[in-house]
Amino acid sequence: MAHTVTSPVYVVRDNIDTDQIIPAQYLTLVPTIAEEYVKLGSYALIGLPDALYPKRFISEGDISTPYKIVIAGRNFGCGSSREHAPIALGAAGVEAVVADGFARIFFRNCVATGEVYPYDSPVRLCDVLHTGDVATLDFDVDTLTVGGTVYSLKPLGEVRPVIDAGGIFNFARQSGMIAGEAPSH
Amino acid sequence: MTLTEKVLARASGKAHVQPGDNVWVNVDVLMTHDVCGPGTIGVFKREFGQHAKVWDQSKVVIIPDHYIFTADSMSNRNVDILRSFVHEQKLPYFYDVIDDPTGEWKFDASKGQLERQYGSNYTGVCHTTLPWKGHTRPGEILFGTDSHTCMAGAFNQFATGIGNTDAGFILGTGKLLIKVPETMRFFLEGALPLGVMAKDVILHVIGEIGFDGATYRAMQWEGPGVYSLSMDDRMTIANMAIEAGGKNGIFPCDQKTLDYVNERVAENGTKSEFEPVEIDAAQVFSYDKVFDLSKLEPTVACHPDPGNRKLAKELEHIHLDRAYIGSCTGGKTSDFLAFAEVVRGKTVKIDTVGVPATTKVVRELKEILWGGQSVWQILQSAGVQLTENASCAACLGGPVDTFGRLNKPMKCISATNRNFPGRMGNKESEVFLASPYTVAASALTGRITDPRTFMS
Repeated sequence: MAHTVTSPVYVVRDNIDTDQIIPAQYLTLVPTIAEEYVKLGSYALIGLPDALYPKRFISEGDISTPYKIVIAGRNFGCGSSREHAPIALGAAGVEAVVADGFARIFFRNCVATGEVYPYDSPVRLCDVLHTGDVATLDFDVDTLTVGGTVYSLKPLGEVRPVIDAGGIFNFARQSGMIAGEAPSH
Repeated sequence: MTLTEKVLARASGKAHVQPGDNVWVNVDVLMTHDVCGPGTIGVFKREFGQHAKVWDQSKVVIIPDHYIFTADSMSNRNVDILRSFVHEQKLPYFYDVIDDPTGEWKFDASKGQLERQYGSNYTGVCHTTLPWKGHTRPGEILFGTDSHTCMAGAFNQFATGIGNTDAGFILGTGKLLIKVPETMRFFLEGALPLGVMAKDVILHVIGEIGFDGATYRAMQWEGPGVYSLSMDDRMTIANMAIEAGGKNGIFPCDQKTLDYVNERVAENGTKSEFEPVEIDAAQVFSYDKVFDLSKLEPTVACHPDPGNRKLAKELEHIHLDRAYIGSCTGGKTSDFLAFAEVVRGKTVKIDTVGVPATTKVVRELKEILWGGQSVWQILQSAGVQLTENASCAACLGGPVDTFGRLNKPMKCISATNRNFPGRMGNKESEVFLASPYTVAASALTGRITDPRTFMS
């Protein structure tokens, strides 16, 4: 895998719940059906109120986002247990969410699916960074660098190899916990 | 050990567990529904093979309830995906909207939203169905592909929401690796005063600890106040553990629990053996606080999150466009009876919508008579738009033709459990969470109103 990603960031505040990440009306899409997976991605973060987030995460007519890194405040991914949420972000092209903290089920779904890296940041980056700032996330040393400033992120620890493997099933196969060949995704 | 630790220790075959331990637990029941079921089935087949069999047919419960009464063809298709999986796997617990096991579901929009459009097996909202149909038992482990699965913690079990991938893993193996959470104790004393309901208890507590105050933790309810609460009350409270970020909510087991569970498992012929977990003398909590129920007042969680707490009486200047009663947490028979107590003989002033959680609630509201009139009629005479089509409905917005959905920016007071932006449909709307009493009183005045105004 690539060990760094450089991209403009998209900045959101506290309590971005799963309805804002992928509104309930789009949950009719089934993530394991390939074309519906892509479509889910095209709706990522469409539930953010326009007044608070005038710059759209995905431009009208596009199916993916130019922002591969999302910066968030507290409790990112709270609300429902819908796995559609990390999947929509991953399908849209997001590689990592860097937040003050995550809601439990969202964090777990990120790991189980391997769709995005959910990094905790000791510094409240949503107060410091602005949408469009270009950042480099270094997965080897767990840092986010923006305009010469280096922010240390909390290492992902034991869940890291699961996300690296592409989710819990791939990890379980690679480590011999379950038998069999990985299916083609 | 705390109640949660005891359930997890037993389910993982260990004498002792402590917070932070990662343990493989054996799953007693896995529940899924029409929104996450098709994806869960997709993961299961992709990972275990097209011809794989579920680990134990008697432990899988499938309840279509989210997007049922909608003309949205993908939603209708998703119910059909559940039906073919049930047929293929020969699953005994499927509460289908139609009676034909090989048929296709199609909602008939020309019949409108209010009139019954389901067969004899359909039940409605999954979390309310599980206890009714005898699938909740003390001491057990329940996972569901829905965040409000934590409602079953009312029955002295470990219950929590998971994603499709974890659910697909359970379908194949019957196991899941989980981290033992720290436990927070909420020790209840006293009894609820006039005009105050279980909903006010949980809204008060979430306001106290914050919207993420229980993240990664178990919320254990104890104390003499707990035993004064009905099972419905306990469900309302356990249901909203997730709204404080909690992993699960859990109650002790008492005679009320045993009576409720024994009656339901006998009625439905489901598994009747279970072993409750008792409260230990030695427990370690990450938080421990006493709450006096008698001091609580009607409480509201204001837009935009369930922790944004105010008292109803402080909000009487807020004008509303709609009142809504329904959902797992607020659409039980007892919730509608409380609502009816307030609106009986009066007329609502704003658009007021009622969606019973289950088909049993619909039946009971029609059977219970007050002064010769059914509660259903009493609610209708007060101007409440009631549907017979029990489901999650507008609690989570859903497809645009969902009954009660907020399709334009409006202010809505609701007996449901979540009020982040866009939750009930339109993302510029504002949702205020409150008890059925407070929702009813507010429906009568068109403003947020302390229900004690109408009670003596």
